[in-house]
Amino acid sequence: MPDDSTNCFVYIFTFLNRQDLLKWNGWGYSDSKFIFNKKGQAEFTGKRYRLSGMVLPALREWFEKTFGASLEHKTPPRSALNTSDIPAPILNEDFLDDLKATKIPFSHEIEDRIFRAHGHCLHEIFALREGKFERVPDMVVWPSKYPNNKSILSFGVKYFIFTLTGGTSVSSALECPPDEKRSIVSLDTSQMLNVSGYCTGHEPDSMEFSTLGGWVATRASGMKKNIYGNIEDLVVHIRMVTPRGVIEKSCQGPRMSTGPDVHHFIMGSEGTLGVVTEVTIKIRPVPEYQKYGSVEVAKQRCAPASIRLMDNAQFQFGHALKPQVASIFTSFLDGLKKFYITKFKGFDPNQLCVATLLFEGDREKVLQHEKQVYDIAAKFGGLAAGEDNGQRGYMLTFVIAYLRDLGMDFYVIGESFETSVPWDRVLDLCRNVKERIVRECKERGVQFPPLSTCRVTQTYDAGACVYFYFAFNYRGIADPIHVYEQIESAAREEILANGGSLSHHHGVGKLRKRWLQEAISDVGIGMLKSVKQYVDPNNIFGNRNLL
Amino acid sequence: MGLQEPLLIGRDDSDDVLEKRRISSDLRFALKTYSPVIYKSASPCTSSMLKSIVLGSNHMNHVICQLSDEWGEPAETFRKKATMILEEMADNLHLSAIRLLAFILSKVFKRVFRRIRVNTEGIERLKKALSDNPVVLLPNHRSYMDFLILSFVFYTYDLNIPVIAARGLLEIKILSTILRRSGAFYIRREIGTNKLYWAVLSEYVKTMLRMGYAPIEFYVEGARSRSFKSLLPKLGLLNIVTDAFLKKEVADVTLVPISITYERPVDETLHAHDLLGLPKIKESMWALFKARKILGQDFGTSSIHLGEPVSLKALVQGDVNLSQYNLDHRYCNLPSQEIKAFLHHTGCRMIHLQEENMVISPFVLVATILMQKLICSISLHRNIVKIDNGKTMLVQEQQADSSTDKHLMQYAVTVLTCSMYRNQILHIFVRPALAAMALSFTNKTQKEEIFICYSFLQDLFSSEFVFLPGNAKQDFEEACHRLSEWGAVQISKQNIELTETGPLVIFFILSIFQPSSFLIFRYHNDGHSFLLMFWLILYLIIVWLLIKEKETIKGPESSRLISSKNRTLIKRRVK
Repeated sequence: MPDDSTNCFVYIFTFLNRQDLLKWNGWGYSDSKFIFNKKGQAEFTGKRYRLSGMVLPALREWFEKTFGASLEHKTPPRSALNTSDIPAPILNEDFLDDLKATKIPFSHEIEDRIFRAHGHCLHEIFALREGKFERVPDMVVWPSKYPNNKSILSFGVKYFIFTLTGGTSVSSALECPPDEKRSIVSLDTSQMLNVSGYCTGHEPDSMEFSTLGGWVATRASGMKKNIYGNIEDLVVHIRMVTPRGVIEKSCQGPRMSTGPDVHHFIMGSEGTLGVVTEVTIKIRPVPEYQKYGSVEVAKQRCAPASIRLMDNAQFQFGHALKPQVASIFTSFLDGLKKFYITKFKGFDPNQLCVATLLFEGDREKVLQHEKQVYDIAAKFGGLAAGEDNGQRGYMLTFVIAYLRDLGMDFYVIGESFETSVPWDRVLDLCRNVKERIVRECKERGVQFPPLSTCRVTQTYDAGACVYFYFAFNYRGIADPIHVYEQIESAAREEILANGGSLSHHHGVGKLRKRWLQEAISDVGIGMLKSVKQYVDPNNIFGNRNLL
Repeated sequence: MGLQEPLLIGRDDSDDVLEKRRISSDLRFALKTYSPVIYKSASPCTSSMLKSIVLGSNHMNHVICQLSDEWGEPAETFRKKATMILEEMADNLHLSAIRLLAFILSKVFKRVFRRIRVNTEGIERLKKALSDNPVVLLPNHRSYMDFLILSFVFYTYDLNIPVIAARGLLEIKILSTILRRSGAFYIRREIGTNKLYWAVLSEYVKTMLRMGYAPIEFYVEGARSRSFKSLLPKLGLLNIVTDAFLKKEVADVTLVPISITYERPVDETLHAHDLLGLPKIKESMWALFKARKILGQDFGTSSIHLGEPVSLKALVQGDVNLSQYNLDHRYCNLPSQEIKAFLHHTGCRMIHLQEENMVISPFVLVATILMQKLICSISLHRNIVKIDNGKTMLVQEQQADSSTDKHLMQYAVTVLTCSMYRNQILHIFVRPALAAMALSFTNKTQKEEIFICYSFLQDLFSSEFVFLPGNAKQDFEEACHRLSEWGAVQISKQNIELTETGPLVIFFILSIFQPSSFLIFRYHNDGHSFLLMFWLILYLIIVWLLIKEKETIKGPESSRLISSKNRTLIKRRVK
């Protein structure tokens, strides 16, 4: 890590009306979504994104061709919550009285509770759209500052507390254990980082909606980690309140040799040990210069801020998101480019894959890096494919979750999952997992060929993070979610058999719990269990993640 | 006595390949449009491309660097060696050669075979399997004809022509070139010992699997079974294939056991000669030319049963802990004990699947009984059995040759050929026979006790017959069930008791396993002797040597089979 970073405190403050801004049964902001307009063309609504308000003429054809979906066959979600579907809260009068005395804001409104009852796993969103709920938190509490937090925990011994980690979890980490008889209280600790002129450099795909505490609790990873590092590299100091008391280090030294790093008990604990109330992370000046780039067909070793290698299916997906071009000149230019690549260079558009790049830093450094990368690319027969392609590649990651909501309106369900794997196994893993998905779909009676695609999203010296998108058209299947889960679990088995890890940054949650023992050995599980036993003997943080 | 066509006890849905050949032009057949189904994620690849991929692979580089470190020689020498090995090994598959071979084989097969039967549902299954996964074909090996007949069938049905692991034949330049061009690749015996050789071979096979170049065909038994009894599996190539899967270079591999049965194998007498230890006729162009006389003979029907494809992935599930491969070095080739056991198990299972679908021709049954000195008649096998004054007997002397030596040889050949036929049925009887043995050995009725004896016997014969390791209990149950079906025993919960007819049935079954009721019976008149093939051979050779020794004191040619130590032993006995 370069030394020019400065430290800064990030306080947690309440964000009472999240659900007014965000969708309750889908991804992201209420005003932003994909729709098919009256002409049958895809359009992205709202004003928040670069793509907002644009028409995407190629998307419909891609959508219909890839999934065999049709705009006639719709599966719209329920428009509003039906209060009778929600189980009545289990409330404890004593606790309510205590809370009122401390003046900590809380709520047991249905909307507040539902909003905090789920992450963004496919089955969770699917259940929301269908309006089905098994167990939701009984109460939501907004603990504004650290001292209050501690007092809530002291109540927790009698009751039961459940943490919320921002709400973008994709490991069923937020799902309430259905057989829990105690009162489940959700702590909302969403916060905002707002120091002008600086950035953390940590940019996970869910950046706008996830929380700092969540990043810490799940061992998050951002796409620009090549420059800024993953969360474990960014964190300087953590304070966590546990049923046993507060855990924190006594100083902010950049590195300490004081036995095993206690931060590592906290990072990745997935809300089973306590609430992270304060995190100090490194921030840096917002980079002076930023440049996207892309290379078609490449194999390289040089580290821009971010580098991603997409397979052909994803390259085509990216192209489907090309907005309508305003002028005839641009479209002529595009045609010319395409002609050059396919005819003159002999690249087959059905074989082509693309590496997207993002360079960040001072201008000079960026340009130098850029040249280096393109030189290497040229050596291996790659072709610089322009800034536009690069930027679109990154955009895909921000809009993919919105796209899933669109798919779900038309019988298409999908999900992404990730792994990390040593370099020598990357190719085999990608091929085998994609193949396994296609095969499993066929065996389980999926009528249409699935979208099964992957990209390398993070590069390390010893390996890479591989990200899979998997979606299919479920028309004709009685229980699509069950089929989906079986296929995803088969895909995970395949990943593990190919030398991939259980998770690179999504975490274990409840979704991947059953493989954890195999992943970290019996002794490893025992170590985690004894920590949990000491820190939280009454299982107040009883979300049953991880162990 | 009219020539009655023997019916095969086969499945009904089989197709006769030669039927169509007899009514249409061979030339048109050889020039037909051939568009096989190929593996769906195959990347188009010629044999020269394949070679350069193999030599440029990381695995090869790794091994070459390692060797050059070990020997202190420049990597270039090893690279050259590897290139030479690969040149000698690799196939050179060309459609033109296949067409030529198809034309010739069509002519030959029509002359020597009455029919070539193939199960049609097997073809359909295989077609599907070929497109889904890389395929490994595992036929049994009874004759030189095996791979020719199989490739011929594949060409006929537009199945992707396999590449075939072959041993020897390299001496016959022309033939080996033709076969190489029609998909043969050659393995030397150094396979296990030479590190570089092993690396080239495994990378070559793995690359073919990965690229979906062609289905790979090899014999699990490793060699031709001269006795027609299944041999214990050889694990070299199976190891490479499994390794490719375990290291996830391929998503899955489909294993297809294939059973080829000949009503009368082309190299029938050759086998008997081999067994007697006569010097193996050197594979040469001249020998091949001399063998043309088989063209005038009738070899009846041969049947090919393409078995149910087996997914290697499904076999591995639960048997092998895959996570060890996540930590091991990728190019470490030593299979662990666990893998070795798995390979052996898989090999045995494949052989069982082959046996299951073997067609048993009537003469096999006849031979079984003939070996017990019963009388029957058949005309196809007139070189073995003759009818004299209304009696059937084994041919003892074909020419009026006075020499005892020739006489004895002729007799031995007949007996051996006959037992060869009988051996084709042994796999059905071996378990009940062992159970029956155990029953009469222990003289007890408790199931437990009999089982202990049974598993001892199964262990004892585990290199003679193919048993699934660790499956003794089940085998025993099945054997007892069979015996009770045949009315030999009555089974209650704890006990097994002989019925009234029991001793008779058991005597019958056990005598199947006596190598020859004529020869050895007097020496082992306990009636339960389990003398095996090689004992018989040894016996025959000793007798032969004794005679030979008396007549001329000339070094016997059978030195291949008898070590010098044995010979001195015999000499001493003569004195």
